[in-house]
Amino acid sequence: MSAVVKLSNVHKSFGALKVLDGVSFEVNRGEVVAVIGQSGSGKSTALRCINALETIEQGSIEVCGHAIHSDKLDKRALRLDVGIVFQSYNLFPHLTAEQNIMLAPTCVRKLGKKEAKDLARECLARVGLAEKADHYPEQLSGGQQQRVAIARSLAMQPKVMLFDEVTSALDPQLTGEVLKVMEDLARGGMTMILVTHEMSFARKVATNVIYMRQGKVWETLPGHQLENPSTPELREFVGSEL
Amino acid sequence: MPTFGFNHVEFLLVAALWTLGLSAIAFIGGGILGFVIALARVSSSALVRGLAGAYVRIVQGTPLLILLFLIYFGLAIVGFNNLPAIIAAGAGLVIYSSGFLGEIWRGCIESVPKTQWEAAECLAMTRWQRMTRVILPQAARIATAPTVGFLVQIIKNTSLASVVGFVELSQAGKLINNSTFQPFIVFITVAVIYFLICYPLSAWSRGLERRLNVGRR
Repeated sequence: MSAVVKLSNVHKSFGALKVLDGVSFEVNRGEVVAVIGQSGSGKSTALRCINALETIEQGSIEVCGHAIHSDKLDKRALRLDVGIVFQSYNLFPHLTAEQNIMLAPTCVRKLGKKEAKDLARECLARVGLAEKADHYPEQLSGGQQQRVAIARSLAMQPKVMLFDEVTSALDPQLTGEVLKVMEDLARGGMTMILVTHEMSFARKVATNVIYMRQGKVWETLPGHQLENPSTPELREFVGSEL
Repeated sequence: MPTFGFNHVEFLLVAALWTLGLSAIAFIGGGILGFVIALARVSSSALVRGLAGAYVRIVQGTPLLILLFLIYFGLAIVGFNNLPAIIAAGAGLVIYSSGFLGEIWRGCIESVPKTQWEAAECLAMTRWQRMTRVILPQAARIATAPTVGFLVQIIKNTSLASVVGFVELSQAGKLINNSTFQPFIVFITVAVIYFLICYPLSAWSRGLERRLNVGRR
């Protein structure tokens, strides 16, 4: 099976700070990969590099056939294949939930209004928010906003979805409803890379877990093996998080 | 010698219409040009940004009075001899307004969080789509109150148009005073008319600010 996402020896610094120090990993079609690690370990930066939101200094990243490190990268074509959901939702506050979802399909994929509306309804239903179509973001709870953000990304029918600490701003109950949606997506065969602090979710849903430390991939192991790490650092990290 | 009476007030009110007309020209013309300036100020091209920035600095760094002189007398020298006062005054005020409105609106565009750009970018929207569909609608909401506030500045500054011979409210007051020598009553009347035009706008601007800040953002 060929990799959908492939990072090879990726290096990146913010000024004097080395955030990615030779990161390599692969994600195959249909896999769910959880990236875990302490704050500042470079996991969010790695995710943002995959979507070309950050540039890299050395190494290569291939995503769905797009060479991210290349000068000739067509960013818009890349973003048609890759969806991303942010910690802070970043919904458009001047649009309703439905309009948030319809916007990109109408102006990027040139869907008709009727088709886009149907698509939006369908995506909202998938995240369990069909009845909130006409609500503005500020009228929704954090968990609901995040589910709308997932639906907005889904509506573009990406081949890979990235999740950047999407539950970190939510209380446990709201976290649960967002994780449920993500679990459904994973079961539906979506290729997903998620940066997360939800260890039990990673153990239950992730095909592989990547533990990052000091800008390096410290250890990679199958999700169900998360309780039996081979490095003492991951053992300590898992112990502190559980 | 005539004394200040009803026909003078009538004369002032007609002149006030010219003040309003000139303000409308300045606001609409300055708004269109200012919008272009605001977009240029946040352009992805450093050259365009630099040119627009220089324009804003020059306009903001020049007194409106000098701008009006320059246009009225300067254009006469290069051949536009009988430039009607309304054209000269209108052009000066349009340039003046565009410099300030452009800068006010640039601030509003930049106050929309960067994450909104990022979210739109990640949905494969083009730069133009991001600007028109995501950023500008939010910036417009932020811009409403300061824009109405600046409209008040424009109205008051149209009084400077009298220097190029345009008979608006201030100039009309001066003319009446020249014949009646009752400066106190004449200019108080002028001030009251300005106040009656400007105060409702100021109040509206404050109301907008309150409503739009507390309400949905």
